Amino acid sequence: MDVNVKYRVAKSKGMQWLIVFLAFLITVPLIFIILYIFREGVTKINWTFLTKIPKPVGESGGGIVNALIGSILIVITAAVMAIPLGIMCGIYLSENKTSRLSYWSRLSVDVLQGVPSIVTGIVVYFWVVKPIGTFSAFSGSIALAIMMLPILIRSTEETLKLIPFSLKEAGLALGLPYHKVILRVILPCGISGILSGIMLSIARIAGETAPLLFTAFGNPFLSTNLGKPMQSLPLMIFNYATSPYDDWHDMAWGAALILLFTVLLLNIITKLTTKRWNVQL
Amino acid sequence: MDDIKIVRKGKNSNGQIRAESLFKRSLVVIGAAMVILVFGILLTLIIESIPSIKSLGLKYLWGKTWDPVNNVYGAAPFLLGTVLTSFLALIISIPFSFAIAVYLGEYNPKGWLSNFLKNTVELIAAVPSVIYGFWGLLVLVPLVRSMELKLGILPYGIGIFTASLILAIMIIPYAASLGREMIRLVPSPLKEAAYSLGATRYEVLKNVILPYTKSGLFAGILLSLGRALGETMAVTMVIGNTSLIPTNIFAPGNTMASVIANEFTEADHAVYLSALIELGLVLFLVTVVINMIGKRIIKRFTNE
Repeated sequence: MDVNVKYRVAKSKGMQWLIVFLAFLITVPLIFIILYIFREGVTKINWTFLTKIPKPVGESGGGIVNALIGSILIVITAAVMAIPLGIMCGIYLSENKTSRLSYWSRLSVDVLQGVPSIVTGIVVYFWVVKPIGTFSAFSGSIALAIMMLPILIRSTEETLKLIPFSLKEAGLALGLPYHKVILRVILPCGISGILSGIMLSIARIAGETAPLLFTAFGNPFLSTNLGKPMQSLPLMIFNYATSPYDDWHDMAWGAALILLFTVLLLNIITKLTTKRWNVQL
Repeated sequence: MDDIKIVRKGKNSNGQIRAESLFKRSLVVIGAAMVILVFGILLTLIIESIPSIKSLGLKYLWGKTWDPVNNVYGAAPFLLGTVLTSFLALIISIPFSFAIAVYLGEYNPKGWLSNFLKNTVELIAAVPSVIYGFWGLLVLVPLVRSMELKLGILPYGIGIFTASLILAIMIIPYAASLGREMIRLVPSPLKEAAYSLGATRYEVLKNVILPYTKSGLFAGILLSLGRALGETMAVTMVIGNTSLIPTNIFAPGNTMASVIANEFTEADHAVYLSALIELGLVLFLVTVVINMIGKRIIKRFTNE
């Protein structure tokens, strides 16, 4: 009897330690990746690296300014397209909980969230690149905007659902028209949740490569024309990392450090702000 | 000021009513646009893969050779590669995601240590896949290669096993965070009853929590499988990109997503391109079905 109890307690203790061990093992790869990229990347980053375009293979020097500017432009264009649409759709879904269209709309957002990014790339290729006849930064932005939408819509919908109905009633009782109640009362109340949704979605698409392969395509020169192919950081990392040249690997490490740092920073800022404003995501 | 506003009231309220109905209508239009977007994606994939469906038929799906130069297209190597990498990644990731879910959901739900672990898991989900791929290519591949040398297998380094390792790290956060939510939902009276009968922590976990959360944990695994199937860049960079049927888990191969990423811009004739798009269509349908089943289960679980 006593032995049996001891055995059970020991088994429970053992299991607990095993779970703690396995759970904390996951921090190893993350720390390893961050440290490794930091070590390899930090020596490559200097003023030339940030302000010059890449040199041909074999020549030292050169930088990644084309990828930096390209990434910023592509992401901003995507955000400008996706944010209004996403917020409006989020409002629609939180305002219409039971209609048939909203059921299908909600289902579509669920489906959209699961679409593999490479498939988005293919589809945008046929929607934009092929009719126009050239790869373009703009088509890349459209692909990224499609990927942003589900995150934006979900976060807007979930945030607005939590806002007390009495606020809306109060607004309507004062004679405010419906759109003003939504835009001036409900939306400002949920602004912090919506903002964190926006930041999360930007962090998510900033590192996306697959949808850009057949849309923005990449460009070794500095370009600010949205109608032409454009380089972006993730694309550049992919192309340089899979090349056989050590020079290019070095540049890819530098670019990877910048990308990783930006994405993690966006995530951490989002986390801190949501904690501050006590938003449920 | 107030007087002027009252005088203009009639005109204003007309405008307001118009603005109100315009706003309501545009909301509906945007809601409908999402449905159209998804159907548009499906329709585009179907239309563009018609040439390949017509000329290759159903045998495309189990044809073993993929040889664009001689116009022979069989998707079996990629289907097999996708299934192998995803399931191997799942098997590797399940113990870890389960441990994290149990730790955060039951053993230690509060405190700085669990906060630290929770944030780490979220950051793992945030790292871009191209960075996992790059790191895998230059760090993990040499490690796997030296391991293979010791085991006496052909030391490719790259291949299905390496891809699965990277994928496993990438999908742990999804199953873990869902699992945590599910374990939190277990009613505490159930657990307390078991404890009061003298059960140990492990026995509560095994006999109360696991049976209660079974379907929810399964859904979490399904959703992470959906992510693994569609993951492109990290896999493309370390899987080796050959169109042969993989003979063992250390052999190089290709997944559906990675072959599209590699060959889409090189596809120089209609059937080749269309065969790649048909792969995309299959990938789309499979991931959508898996995601929908997973979400259905979770919805049912959380409503109970």
